[in-house]
Amino acid sequence: MEVASIGLLVLTALAAAFVLLRWRAPAPAQAEPGGSANLLAAFEEPLLVVRDRRVLIANSAARDLLGAHIEGSDVRLAIRHPAAAEHLAGEGGEEAPVRIELVGLGELGRPWEMILTPLPDGSRLVRLADQSLARAAEQMRVDFVANASHELRTPLATLIGFIETLQDEAAVDPATRQRFVGIMAGEALRMRDLLDDLMSLSRIEAERFALPRDTVDLKPLIEEVRAALKPIAAGRGIRLENRAGATLVGGDRSQLGQMLANLIVNALKYGRAGTPVRIRLEDAGPDLISVTVIDKGEGIAAEHIPRLTERFYRVDPGRSRQVGGTGLGLAIVKHIVLRHRGRLEIRSRLGVGTRVAVILPRAAVT
Amino acid sequence: MKTSFWPLRPKRSEDAGAALGEELDTLRGTICEMGGLAEAAIREAMEALVRRDHEAAAAVVRRDRRIDALEAEIERHAVDIIGRCAPNAADLREAVAALKIAGVVERIGDYAKNIAKRVPSVEDSRIRPISLLPEMARIAAEMVHDVLDAFAARDARKAAEVTERDAAVDDFYNSIFRSLLTHMMENPHNITPATHLLFVAKNLERIGDHATNVAEMVYFAATGEYLADRPKGADTTLIGADRDHG
Repeated sequence: MEVASIGLLVLTALAAAFVLLRWRAPAPAQAEPGGSANLLAAFEEPLLVVRDRRVLIANSAARDLLGAHIEGSDVRLAIRHPAAAEHLAGEGGEEAPVRIELVGLGELGRPWEMILTPLPDGSRLVRLADQSLARAAEQMRVDFVANASHELRTPLATLIGFIETLQDEAAVDPATRQRFVGIMAGEALRMRDLLDDLMSLSRIEAERFALPRDTVDLKPLIEEVRAALKPIAAGRGIRLENRAGATLVGGDRSQLGQMLANLIVNALKYGRAGTPVRIRLEDAGPDLISVTVIDKGEGIAAEHIPRLTERFYRVDPGRSRQVGGTGLGLAIVKHIVLRHRGRLEIRSRLGVGTRVAVILPRAAVT
Repeated sequence: MKTSFWPLRPKRSEDAGAALGEELDTLRGTICEMGGLAEAAIREAMEALVRRDHEAAAAVVRRDRRIDALEAEIERHAVDIIGRCAPNAADLREAVAALKIAGVVERIGDYAKNIAKRVPSVEDSRIRPISLLPEMARIAAEMVHDVLDAFAARDARKAAEVTERDAAVDDFYNSIFRSLLTHMMENPHNITPATHLLFVAKNLERIGDHATNVAEMVYFAATGEYLADRPKGADTTLIGADRDHG
């Protein structure tokens, strides 16, 4: 008797639990592809399953891109691009996946690739691959070549102009000739600097994934760079404040030297005359050490900071030219830091000054 | 397509409702296909204009026939739905809106076609406003794009938002109008290409207006209410004319 009633109770509870579960989590509308809906949900790229022009399943990425209404509706409400509509309206039956370039899903002008794959049950899987990053990279390469040629062209045009004037010997007196040759030498040096920077940039980029193997002590390296830059400093001090314990990092000595030199030269160029440049070495956690180059100057407006490491980006093009910048200094710094698995932080306040911090992983103690 | 979770047989009227829902959905799909073609026509016509690509322009003109065919298909289908299924208020509103929107989208396609037809006539013009036109076209095309998105999603708020952008297209039109007039006065050789460019600008301005009309219909179909009237500026063409004639 008691056993029977307990059995009955358990059965009722089980049934209730079953109903409750079904109620809480209603099965997906389509019985057959329900399992695949869960699978598609795991993908980050927009995916649709389409049959007879209807969207059977749209994963959440697809719903975010094309709207929540698309599941169960005519596929043209989701993708109305003519090339796509043509293929989606067709009977299917294609054997191999079809790839179609689409422009303007979501936002106007955004490039996508649509890949249609026939499924065994007669429906089709529609995959949407975002092409905007690939296009942006392509654009950057094109811009870079155009910018570099433009940068080289300017000094070259000046050189040619002066050479043409000098060829007409009668028109130029010795004093003027001397002045012209001085300008020409300056322009030639600018071209050399630019080519040097371009070459080191491409070298660093080529090695981007090769982790540097040597161990470098930052303190003597900074001393070395400091001594080398003394002639440029023109009486302004370059001070080193060492607050770090150990100063060993894993790295490429010549690249780290170039990085420090670029940062210090920037601080000298853009800092206020007469103010010193400070270099601070400090611990930034158990495994990290930071090198900060600090100047007192006009500072950089916040909107420029994210773009400073772009090639040929200049806050003030006239001034950069005047102080002899190539527009590549910080781009080189960024790539060196990236290769060393480090981090670059630029902070600046208008009227106060700029501090550029490089945070590098410490060398593993062996 | 929809099956309810609860394992009950739907009643007969629900079956009919589901069938009607599906037919309306297909109708809306055809409108989107048409809209996609119109969007592409605007983009390709402007590209052909900027690149002076006669071949591409001719292709835009040819493809307009497909838009016209789809409009006829929508008309037939909508009338058929209304006659056969006797839809209730909301569904009827949707079917009627589909009819009207198809007509407007067809007009948008015609304006794009008209732009394409003018491509050979603006050959070799060195007139500067041609650089303003692509930006104006971008805004107009974006309005069409967004209003079609709003239509597909029955998104009344997005539709209302599209109508607010029409003023920007009108501003562009006025600015281009004045600048083209100056070119014509400076040099009589400019008159022919400038007039064609003026019509291009006018076509784009009309595309913006029609996108606004579609937005109002989408709003009505979704909510059953009319979108509050925007305060209208003076007629765009007259502003330019008044100023320039002194």
